[in-house]
Amino acid sequence: MAAITTQALVKEYPGGVRGVDGVDITIADGEFFALLGPSGCGKTTLLRSIAGLEAITEGQLHIGDRDVTRLEPGQRNVAMVFQDYALFPHMDVADNIAYPLKIRRQGRSARRGVAAEVGDGLSLTGLMERRPGQLSGGQQQRVALARAVATRPDVLLLDEPLSNLDARLRLEARTFLKELQRDLAITTVFVTHDQAEALALADRIAVMSAGKLLQVGTPREVFAKPATTFVAGFIGSTPMNLLPGRVEGSRVRFGSADVPVPPDAVGMVDDGAEVVWGARPEYLGWSTTAVEDGVEAEVTVVENLGASVLVTAAVGTDRLQLVLDEDHEPEPGARGWVTARAHRTLLFDAESGQRLDAGAGVPAVAP
Amino acid sequence: MAPALALIGLFLVFPALWTIYLGMTDYRLTGLQAVDPSFVGLDNYGRILGDPAFWRSLRLTLVFVLVSGIIGQSLLGFAIAWALRRLTGWLKSLIETLVLAAWVIPASVSSFLWIALLDRRGGTLNEILGTEGTAWLIEHPMAAIIIFNVWVGTAFSMLLFSSALAAVPPSQLESARMAGAGGWQQLRDVVIPNIRGHILTNTLLITLWTFNTFTPYLVTAGGPNGASEILAVYIYNTAIPGGQLGVGAAISLIMLLINLVIALGYLRVGRARQAKPADATAAETAGGVVKPS
Amino acid sequence: MSEMPARLAATPRVRHFVSRVLMVIGLALVVVFFGLPLLWLVTAPFDSVPTLAVSWPEWTLSSFAAIGENRYAVGSFVNSAIIGVGTCAVVLVLGAFASYALSRVRIPGRDGLLYALLLLSSIVTGTAAMVPTFQLVNLLGLIDTHLAVVLVISGGTLPTVIFILKDFMDSIPKSYEESARLYGARPWQILRDVVVPISRPGLAFVAVWTLVQVWGNFLVPYLLIRRTEQQPAAVLMYTFYTESGQADLRLLSAFALIFSIPIIVMYFLVNRRYGFRFHGGIKS
Repeated sequence: MAAITTQALVKEYPGGVRGVDGVDITIADGEFFALLGPSGCGKTTLLRSIAGLEAITEGQLHIGDRDVTRLEPGQRNVAMVFQDYALFPHMDVADNIAYPLKIRRQGRSARRGVAAEVGDGLSLTGLMERRPGQLSGGQQQRVALARAVATRPDVLLLDEPLSNLDARLRLEARTFLKELQRDLAITTVFVTHDQAEALALADRIAVMSAGKLLQVGTPREVFAKPATTFVAGFIGSTPMNLLPGRVEGSRVRFGSADVPVPPDAVGMVDDGAEVVWGARPEYLGWSTTAVEDGVEAEVTVVENLGASVLVTAAVGTDRLQLVLDEDHEPEPGARGWVTARAHRTLLFDAESGQRLDAGAGVPAVAP
Repeated sequence: MAPALALIGLFLVFPALWTIYLGMTDYRLTGLQAVDPSFVGLDNYGRILGDPAFWRSLRLTLVFVLVSGIIGQSLLGFAIAWALRRLTGWLKSLIETLVLAAWVIPASVSSFLWIALLDRRGGTLNEILGTEGTAWLIEHPMAAIIIFNVWVGTAFSMLLFSSALAAVPPSQLESARMAGAGGWQQLRDVVIPNIRGHILTNTLLITLWTFNTFTPYLVTAGGPNGASEILAVYIYNTAIPGGQLGVGAAISLIMLLINLVIALGYLRVGRARQAKPADATAAETAGGVVKPS
Repeated sequence: MSEMPARLAATPRVRHFVSRVLMVIGLALVVVFFGLPLLWLVTAPFDSVPTLAVSWPEWTLSSFAAIGENRYAVGSFVNSAIIGVGTCAVVLVLGAFASYALSRVRIPGRDGLLYALLLLSSIVTGTAAMVPTFQLVNLLGLIDTHLAVVLVISGGTLPTVIFILKDFMDSIPKSYEESARLYGARPWQILRDVVVPISRPGLAFVAVWTLVQVWGNFLVPYLLIRRTEQQPAAVLMYTFYTESGQADLRLLSAFALIFSIPIIVMYFLVNRRYGFRFHGGIKS
């Protein structure tokens, strides 16, 4: 069991491209930690650097109190589950699980014993003689997990752990994974491009873009208080409404409409400042009668989401999206007022994209 | 990696390069020039180019390549692949086995099988045709080695084209059929365009191999009187029994150059016809890439 | 009125029938063309008095005794086996290492080099470079040795072998090796535990392919080996029907069959076992 600390970590490829560009991060012992970002943001490179599969160009990496920056992957006591699981097709399940022990020169019977024990813990009983090709996707994933934890590593790394499963299985595997991680209490880092996965699984999430950390925080923090417009747009199953506007006194004006400056940003903005006003669709409401601070709008599209509906409304030339309860579904073409709970709205600097927050420093990093 | 490259370098690249030097000496297998060959510059080439035997050999080689390789092996191989495409069961395996067996058995065996078949007195062919006493190998030596080479080498084209035909998207054939296309039209409009890359690869390899094959030597030894002396045999006869290593090397170099011209010519054609698919299959098949099926 | 549709319907059917018949005739001709020469190979050795013509044999196995009586026959099979196994070993070991290295290391111009060697090997092997090859072996003092044949054929086949194997190595996901590395496996352990087992079909294919090449190769040993007792079966077979005046058909037919069987059996076994074909396999 160990914490992971990186200091000014840089991975530079030949040609000068920086996959990881100066990352400082501390992952607590036993934490379930997500690296989240779009493809090419450097999250996988960071994971592979922790594993030792990528040589670190600059900076330092500690696992526990060991400096492992220059150590071979085999000496770091980390385990990794690859996106394709990397199960050896020519070995049966037991041999796959026990392969790390074979490298550590343990006897065959000892290996079989450990494989059976770990396999039992991951409900693989009865599959020990099978080849990976004879297993379902979910079973393969569990075998890969079993192989990874068989040696009781300090750190478990997961590369897109759920991406190879079909949609229905994914939900089940997600719950399983969270349970397993809690039971084993191994420091676990996983990479995903799926924000829902990160929100559901992780204790904390690091959002990355272009090799840099944009925000590190609990799922609740990155969801409710994204540090930048990029994070705001990336997190959430329906992206946050982001409307460019201008501060006029205590109001933010965009087009013909205006709304109050969000409480967090009060005192942070000067009159006339160019800003971006943000509000999650889930935090917006709809009123058929005029209300104070409501924004008049016309419904253009209504998409059914099951128990709720996603409504797209036109405000002048701008568009706002709202998630409404199924009981309050408006008709397309209906006119009404979009309401926002002021403390759920956010304000970003138009130029830097940083969130304006009088309360906390930027970005918010949890202990 | 290094030892492999060293071996390739020593026994493949080096001989090829050394040919250039040797071709400019009067090196001989025996006698004074065997110990101390002298540099004769381009004399060898002058002599070769002035020698009618060389030109006859070159002409024979071109006929051999064209008829036995490009026409015989490719067309027959394609025809068999096309006919077997829908066939299953014993007839398919029989034909495949026979064609492949002809390809796999050692050259010195297959050549004797043909010598026996074509023998003047007791040969099976004469018995069947009732033409006792016809010495096929002496009266029609070129025809004999051409047919022999078709027999030996068709398997390659058959295999290559079967896999190529299997890769033609069935949906394309089906839409052609629904448009009312007959067998020939399907072949022309769907199949051939789809396997153009394979055709090119096949023709390139078949050309090179047929050009360089030494096996006909086992059937006719180039005879009678050089009537079936294709270039590979001509080089051998000049260099080893004839003892003129320098001249042999010079012919080798000419042969290498012709090969190079052929290869580059094909590559140009391949590139001109939208290179991508042709190149891909050339890469695939040149290496004899195996596809688990 | 009633005739017209009938004839219209008949025409495609007739055409279909005619094309069927033509196809059957064509296939029959193919069978005869490829089968006829092979017929002698399977009948003559069992005939008590073999002739050059194919005939129903008077069954006997006595021809095979002729092989034992010949001074060089048995030895030539041993020679063929030594050369075959030797070449396979050299080609497999060197080819596996080289293709693995080439597959994993990024060297600029790697593919170009490989294609160039491939082209060269399909041009040069044996024929065009026979003079310098002969000279080189002479210079190394390796004339009349099996080693010379092994080395020359290995040099000629390695480019193709590397090409084929590299394709297999390329298809092994990198994550397999990385996974092994994470558990502390050393490069040789990765090769032993992961790369070799997974590319086994490729290695088997290459082994058989090489064996087919070597077993039937006539020119290289013919060129490099002069002493009869050192000659492999391919060369000895040739001398049986060219140098001994009246050919001994009992010896010749039995020898030819025994010489051919291993390679045919192996070819078809591997074909079946691994479920692949010599897709574009090269036999020059």
